Amino acid sequence: MTRPAPLLTTHGLRVGIAEHTFCRDLALTVRAGECLAILGRNGAGKSTLLSVLAGLREPQAGEVLLAGETYARLGARASARMRGWLPQSRSEAFSSTVLETALVGRHPHLARWEWESATDARIARQALAAVGLGDLAQRDVHTLSGGERQRLSIASLLTQAPRLYLLDEPLAHLDLNHQIATLELLAELTRDGQTACVMVLHEPGLAARFCSRALLLFGDGTTQQGASDEVITSDSLSRLYGYPLREIGDGRQRWFMPA
Amino acid sequence: MPTRRRAVLILAALTGLSQLSIILALMVGSIPISPAEVLSTLVDPGGSIAADVVRNLRLPRALTGFACGGLLALAGALLQVLLRNPLADPYVLGISGGAGIGALLAIILGFGVVGVNGLALGGALGAMFLVFGLAHGDGGWTQSRLLLTGVIVAAGCGAVVTLMLAVAPDDRLRGMLFWLMGDLSQTSDPALTLIVLAAILLIALPFARELNLLARGADVAQALGVAVRPLRRGVYLVASLATAAAVTQAGAIGFIGLIVPHLVRLTIGNDQRLLLPASVLAGGSLLVIADTLARTMLAPQQLPVGVLTALIGVPAFLFLLSRATPGRH
Repeated sequence: MTRPAPLLTTHGLRVGIAEHTFCRDLALTVRAGECLAILGRNGAGKSTLLSVLAGLREPQAGEVLLAGETYARLGARASARMRGWLPQSRSEAFSSTVLETALVGRHPHLARWEWESATDARIARQALAAVGLGDLAQRDVHTLSGGERQRLSIASLLTQAPRLYLLDEPLAHLDLNHQIATLELLAELTRDGQTACVMVLHEPGLAARFCSRALLLFGDGTTQQGASDEVITSDSLSRLYGYPLREIGDGRQRWFMPA
Repeated sequence: MPTRRRAVLILAALTGLSQLSIILALMVGSIPISPAEVLSTLVDPGGSIAADVVRNLRLPRALTGFACGGLLALAGALLQVLLRNPLADPYVLGISGGAGIGALLAIILGFGVVGVNGLALGGALGAMFLVFGLAHGDGGWTQSRLLLTGVIVAAGCGAVVTLMLAVAPDDRLRGMLFWLMGDLSQTSDPALTLIVLAAILLIALPFARELNLLARGADVAQALGVAVRPLRRGVYLVASLATAAAVTQAGAIGFIGLIVPHLVRLTIGNDQRLLLPASVLAGGSLLVIADTLARTMLAPQQLPVGVLTALIGVPAFLFLLSRATPGRH
């Protein structure tokens, strides 16, 4: 069986802000069907790296290829049909309904003068149902709780239907039940072998359970990547977070506790 | 969900309202003219006094008022999206301040209508490029930086305007105050302003869905395929030109640019594809009605129309706000 062509590739990538370098000479390959977790301390550059991978920010050096093409060559619209980006937080300045907010994801699929069709509305309603917001379609987004807003952002991303999902803390504000539901939803997406996820996570146990691979950002420019089973260990995590962590497992799942 | 059908219906209703407001403006005044007469003078230019009043006095004034109201509402709607701030209005970025300096200077120097309009336009464009240049800086362009720069430039212009009022000769003060409050009595040919309005609306409409995304945040818009930088610059330029055109023609008429986009948003939602044309029609109608009241309420004395727009707009706005969705924060 041939391996699927990579959805996302980086060569010699250096990402940083001003003098501070988060990673250097990073070579990353994400193929369809894969799920990559990005772990690191606060301020280690996880979000900055993710926005560079999403083509929203220029790297300091190196290049990012989306299905073999640079973002510049693809153009903003074609890129938006292939990769979706979940921001860490978003605020709505104006009221709009939950359904209208989910429909925003259809933008790259519509021609300039085209209006959202019944098909687009159906896609958006399915996405809302998938995150458990099906009954709130007509609610004003300003009346939603933090967790509901986060799920709405994920629904907008599902409505966009990209092949590569770049998610900045998809579990933020979510209760335990919805954390697992969201990760299962994303894992289900990648199972079709057409889609891939890259997500910033703060819970190494969940990363080990749901992501096939992991990238650790140590904050000093060094990184470590590989299969989750090999990279997510109590030794590397203790170094990553600067605090000793102990691994607890029941043979199937592994958890990491502050010692 | 926004549908094209609903948009067409709403716009048709607002077009009807605009026509009614203009016909009302043509009927009312020191010489009352019946609706039938108004229509007959419009189709058949006779030599009667009524025809003269309608065609040479009331129609140009009503059309100028409509164009200015539409421009201000459009500029307000665009700037609220650009700054992602529902409190933004066409004057927040200092354009009316710059125009005010130019216009008052022309009035002090005793220039005629053309001179006042010319210097007002010069002042507006000057303020526009000043704010853009200062806010642009190193290429990074944030909403808060643009807003702060605009507010500061506006404050500076306000100080200069106050200074000019303080040193101006008494016989010029009334004209200066009317200009500052907004006044349609000195209007000339409405054609150019109407053309500017139509052109700016036609430029903005193809980008309406992208503006919807910009209202949700620049990074969200960029991730969904919007070329944010050129779009923001274009919106700034177009909104500034709309404001400059309106202010040049009619002075700094307040409240239209702030309240009309809000009124429209509260009633029909925040889809710019509908909001932009609806704001133009509603803003134009409101200004025509306000101006008709301004010249008839205390006739023969004419009130500055800016007072009337506020007197109509504020209660209408508060009413809509109070019955807006109760579940909101």
